[in-house]
Amino acid sequence: MAKYLLLKHYRGAPAPVNNVPMDQWTPEEISAHMQYMNDFAGRLEKTGEFVDGQALAPEGAWVRYDGEGRPPVTDGPFAETKDLIAGWMIIDVDSYERAVELAGELSAAPGAGGKPIHEWLEVRPFLTATPTITECH
Amino acid sequence: MNEALLRSLTPSVLTILVRRGADFAAAEDAVQDALVEALRVWAADPPRDAKGWLVTVAWRKFLDAARSDAARRRREDRLDEEPTPEPAPAVDDTLQLYFLCAHPSLTPASAVALTLRAVGGLTTRQIAQAYLVPEATMAQRISRAKRTVSGVRLDRAGDVATVLRVLYLVFNEGYSGDVDLAAEAIRLTRQLAAAIDHPEVAGLLALMLLHHARRPARTAPDGSLVPLAEQDRGRWDTAFIAEGVAVLQAALARDRLGEFQAQAAIAALHADAPAAEETDWVQIVEWYDELTRLTDSPVVRLNRAVAVGEADGPRAGLAALAALDASLPRHAAVAAYLHERDDDLATAARLYAEAARKAPNLAERDHLTRQAARLNARRHTQD
Repeated sequence: MAKYLLLKHYRGAPAPVNNVPMDQWTPEEISAHMQYMNDFAGRLEKTGEFVDGQALAPEGAWVRYDGEGRPPVTDGPFAETKDLIAGWMIIDVDSYERAVELAGELSAAPGAGGKPIHEWLEVRPFLTATPTITECH
Repeated sequence: MNEALLRSLTPSVLTILVRRGADFAAAEDAVQDALVEALRVWAADPPRDAKGWLVTVAWRKFLDAARSDAARRRREDRLDEEPTPEPAPAVDDTLQLYFLCAHPSLTPASAVALTLRAVGGLTTRQIAQAYLVPEATMAQRISRAKRTVSGVRLDRAGDVATVLRVLYLVFNEGYSGDVDLAAEAIRLTRQLAAAIDHPEVAGLLALMLLHHARRPARTAPDGSLVPLAEQDRGRWDTAFIAEGVAVLQAALARDRLGEFQAQAAIAALHADAPAAEETDWVQIVEWYDELTRLTDSPVVRLNRAVAVGEADGPRAGLAALAALDASLPRHAAVAAYLHERDDDLATAARLYAEAARKAPNLAERDHLTRQAARLNARRHTQD
């Protein structure tokens, strides 16, 4: 019972095996990819492991506080941003091994030529609530 | 309406349906529907006989579901033809439910969810909120768990140890959502202790009570962790402590030691100390030796190193620690603490920071970060 974030990057992850940009796939290949993602989420809901899944637009801005009484400063988007998050899925699973197994399945989503993309996904554990019994007492 | 009463009736209502011939999965659904209805209507219109009401409504829900499901028709016919099987149960019915819901074929998460619903009488929504997952996901987790145990016969005893592990997990989840899981775990363990005479069940109950007693003192108003040594012991719940100690003593008298009794004994020694400095660390080390013998767990050895550090000085603690794998969870935190006691503040500060990076939860990470910051500030004033 631990939650993990499966993080998908537009940019910043190591290059996948089947490295063809999505805009060069056929429309059918794109549909097959989307279908795979939806089916994957649906399957996880049935196994009682799905928590959330969201996709992010590639364009965003940097925002920061600019002092009392002033509006926040915005900047960007920066074309040179190295790491760009594309979206995530949150899963609630029994073990780290299960999280890795599921990330592996998700990474097998089909891309160009209907072949798995072998895309690198980042797996990050959530910090949990404090357990009642922890240390040395 | 007394929701606790409603929940406490769940296992007996469920077993009545099963004895009347309903299969476990369908009966469990029907009881859940009846509970949800009770939550809805009892506030305005409480029944005189709560259990009778639940049995009647749950049985009606079961029959409705069976009738509306064409695939079930044959089974329903068979129910009509055959006399209702009510075999004399070998073990108490409620106990059977505990065994079934903690069946070894289930994953821990599934066993926890099924136990909370079928034995605990919580709604799917409450369980989902407590574990921070969508209700649909929790509903699927529970129905899948029920399918997994659908072939399990209810007439033979299971393994108490698996039930205890499930209850321990529920207790240790702490508190989130509107359901107090620690209190719920205590209620379920009490109920189990009433159904079976077993020293480790008593040991777990004692362990829970003794830890629960400290809950008011464990966190500061800002939510930060207060370590045991710094807790205001006046805020410990003396009633829980008294009960925990009594339950533990009765269990230990049976002379069948197990890991929960040993852990509870350590908690009881802490509860017994009026101030942190008066803790009987020598006896605590002895209990850790027992625990090591019982479990051979590296985590126990790690905790033992802390106790050794208190009983025989930080150098002895560090020597005990040296024999352990540095990749153990909380190893760096323990090392940091022992180095601080040994007045090696630079090493301690570095290890606290390392421990904070590895901490599995937010409150612990913040606590360890503060420890590192405290030592760094002290070192700078010393310079």
